[in-house]
Amino acid sequence: MTGHDWIYWLFGTLRWSDFPPKGDLIADCAAGIAIAAPLAVVVLLTVKHRWRWLWEEWLTSLDHKRIGIMYTVIAFVMLARALIEAGLMRMQQALAVNADGVVSPEHFAQLFSTHGTAMIFFTAMPFLTGVINYVMPLQIGARDLTFPFLNAVGLWLTAAGAGIVMASLVVGKFAIGGWSAYPPFTETPFSPGEGVDYWIWAVSLASVGSMLSGINFAVTIYKERAPGMQLFRMPLFCWCALCTAILMIFAMPPLTVATGLLALDRYAGFHFFTNDLGGNMMAYANMFWLFGHPEVYILVLPAFGIWSEVISTFSGKRLYGYPSMVFAVMCIAVLSFTVWLHHFFTMGQSASVNAAFGIATMLIGIPTGVKVYDWLLTMYRGRIRLTAPMLFAITFIACFVIGGLSGIILANPPVDFAVHNSLFLVAHFHNMLVPGTLFGLLAGYMFWFPKVFGFRLDERWGRIAWVCWSGGFLAAFMPLYILGLMGATRRTAQFYRAEYEPFLLFAWAGAWLIAFGFVALLVQLWLSVKRRDELAAPIGDPWDGHSLEWWTPSPPPEYNFAVLPKVVDTETFTVMKRQESAYRSPDSYEDIEVPRNTGIPVIIGAAACVCAFALVWHIWWAAVAGFAAAWGALIVRSFDTDQMRTIPAADVRRQHEAWLTRARAATPIDRFAELEPANRGRAVATQ
Amino acid sequence: MNDNVARHPGVAAESSHPEVHRKPEPVMFGFWVFLMSDLVLFAVLLATYATMSVHGVAGGPAPRDVTDLASAAIETALLLASSFTFGLASLAQKYEQDPRQTVRWLLVTAALGLAFLGLEARDFVRLVADGAVPQRSGFLSAHFTLLACHGLHVAAGLLWVGVLLMRMRVGRLQQVVRLRIMRLALFWHMLDIVWVAIVTVAFLFGAV
Repeated sequence: MTGHDWIYWLFGTLRWSDFPPKGDLIADCAAGIAIAAPLAVVVLLTVKHRWRWLWEEWLTSLDHKRIGIMYTVIAFVMLARALIEAGLMRMQQALAVNADGVVSPEHFAQLFSTHGTAMIFFTAMPFLTGVINYVMPLQIGARDLTFPFLNAVGLWLTAAGAGIVMASLVVGKFAIGGWSAYPPFTETPFSPGEGVDYWIWAVSLASVGSMLSGINFAVTIYKERAPGMQLFRMPLFCWCALCTAILMIFAMPPLTVATGLLALDRYAGFHFFTNDLGGNMMAYANMFWLFGHPEVYILVLPAFGIWSEVISTFSGKRLYGYPSMVFAVMCIAVLSFTVWLHHFFTMGQSASVNAAFGIATMLIGIPTGVKVYDWLLTMYRGRIRLTAPMLFAITFIACFVIGGLSGIILANPPVDFAVHNSLFLVAHFHNMLVPGTLFGLLAGYMFWFPKVFGFRLDERWGRIAWVCWSGGFLAAFMPLYILGLMGATRRTAQFYRAEYEPFLLFAWAGAWLIAFGFVALLVQLWLSVKRRDELAAPIGDPWDGHSLEWWTPSPPPEYNFAVLPKVVDTETFTVMKRQESAYRSPDSYEDIEVPRNTGIPVIIGAAACVCAFALVWHIWWAAVAGFAAAWGALIVRSFDTDQMRTIPAADVRRQHEAWLTRARAATPIDRFAELEPANRGRAVATQ
Repeated sequence: MNDNVARHPGVAAESSHPEVHRKPEPVMFGFWVFLMSDLVLFAVLLATYATMSVHGVAGGPAPRDVTDLASAAIETALLLASSFTFGLASLAQKYEQDPRQTVRWLLVTAALGLAFLGLEARDFVRLVADGAVPQRSGFLSAHFTLLACHGLHVAAGLLWVGVLLMRMRVGRLQQVVRLRIMRLALFWHMLDIVWVAIVTVAFLFGAV
């Protein structure tokens, strides 16, 4: 065996030249940040002696609330990265009218591929999974998800996928085939090297994790509701979570098949999507969008749920048209599976097929319109408090209508042909996903933050963030509609028409404003942590909330509820407050079983990450070892009989009574004074 | 859970008392949901096979050329028999005090599954020897992938049987192992149903 063979056996195709420096200042900076930031975290944890705390309290936890928080942390990290990439793309296009700009076309292609992948799979998905994880069990009066271990496995598989995307910043290159990785471009002849493989394995890991989360959410909602919590008494967020979960269960497998078959093509020379020997790239487009279109609603439905909670709470009113809202969500969930073909109107199917899918697409506007009217009518004659989440909600409604109308326009196959592959499309889907999903998740983050950590977020910086995000969104994406109509194509690194320039510069300014918005969120968090005593609201109900999650201390105990509530209404907590039974002591307490911490999900995630990285670089021994270790850890877990821990009734009583005493002693404050320091978490309507 | 109406209607872990159903209920339901998700995987692979077997032959072997109906018939018989014996294992688990009866039927099931996999491997080896490799055409890629995906599921089921048998030796046959056997039963029967679909689409449509 020659020396070269040994190197291949040990290191696969990985070579020194794949490590930085990459001969490109921007790429080197990115790699530098991707190395320095985790190192800084490691140093900080070591200096502060926090490793044991991190491991015992967080990483090994099976508590749905902690898992939810960790999902959200992943989302924020990846959001930061994807935002920087977005800003860089805007800068490139603004500076590259009749010029070269700042990045090469290949680097630009990597930017839009990683931006899309990171935003969809590693920002929006973990964010919404995190929020559902945290809030949904509290809202239905459950102690945990049905499968806490599975929940942690999903988290760590998602983290593994995010790790793979981050690794691509340092070692080698990411794909240049867009977030959808269409073949035949992503087949080996056109995309040799590791880029597409990074995409394949990162997305596969995230997709399996999401499918597991979906199963867990759906089963929890069906089986773990508190006594009296009929389906039609669930808060709307839970309905949205249920429909999202069902979409995850059925939409993720097609993605897994698509990435799996693409991997077979690339690794084993199969011919699913190749140009020759019977390969058919349209099969990929069908599979990918059979996932990808429902995915759009996986992203937006949880946000719809958040809007419903936020708008009804800050309008001080019941949600208008609750049953119509529920049916609208269900309709949207079903219709989302019937429209995937509108993603390739221009790829050669017959006019009648296009017409059928165009009509199906437009139909989604009906239930969505119902929801918009319901939100408006919830606000109508409400006593509205313009807090930061509510401001986001109002921006959302206005912007979402514009985005929805542009979607109806695009659902016309002839119009779609005209603006195909232009920036009009980019404007449309960002118009849905930024105000729809991202603003929704940010509003949810601000809305539930006091529940999660026991103190409110700084309101002033929340409003500054809102100004920057909303203004930035409008400035960055409205010009793209115009540019699209003027013929500017997407995924283009250079333009040769001077009349694009003012619009591109305007959009670039918008990107800056969004970046300030992100910084404002960080400042808000930092300031609020610093002033956490002043902002504390430990009693748990700072906004005069309607649903059960507000009826526990903030942060809630491990077991969520000392005694499960009897649910009588969609707004159980409001009813309890009116009957003044909310803070009454229960007759008796019982022992509560909670899952013990375990490191096995972390091991499974780490092993999966090693396996994926090894597959990318053809390091077969490590791939086999990682795969075996992941499944081995699962089998080891199956031999563990000591998985639960009992919290004695006496402890539950002590904690719960302490909280009740404090809650009864607290002076209720008017909900219009909810931003005052006096708000310790017991807001009420005093009229 | 709000009421006692919607309990898991299948073969219960122990007696038929509603209280006994309480713990298995969400676990079994969750596994049903997982199976639905897994079925989508097979549905997409079957659809891929359906298009590839017509449009992806690329001048190479067609479905008629790669289908060994005699072998498929024996494989089908083995797999259906294994589902039957798993049913006997489930009944033994519910009605027999002695766990050895369950173990015996699980071993028979595993042996039948192993025989199925052996025959399938033999089919693959023959195809490869004839030059009908998956790299030859889109159709053959789909053929191998569909069958191998099902075969991998069967192999995972066998591994699962092995782990459970070990588990039963380590401790007593407890509630959790009972539940796991019930889930494995669902998994095994699903693979049977998927195989019927595969036989229909991949073998009968192509070859008859």
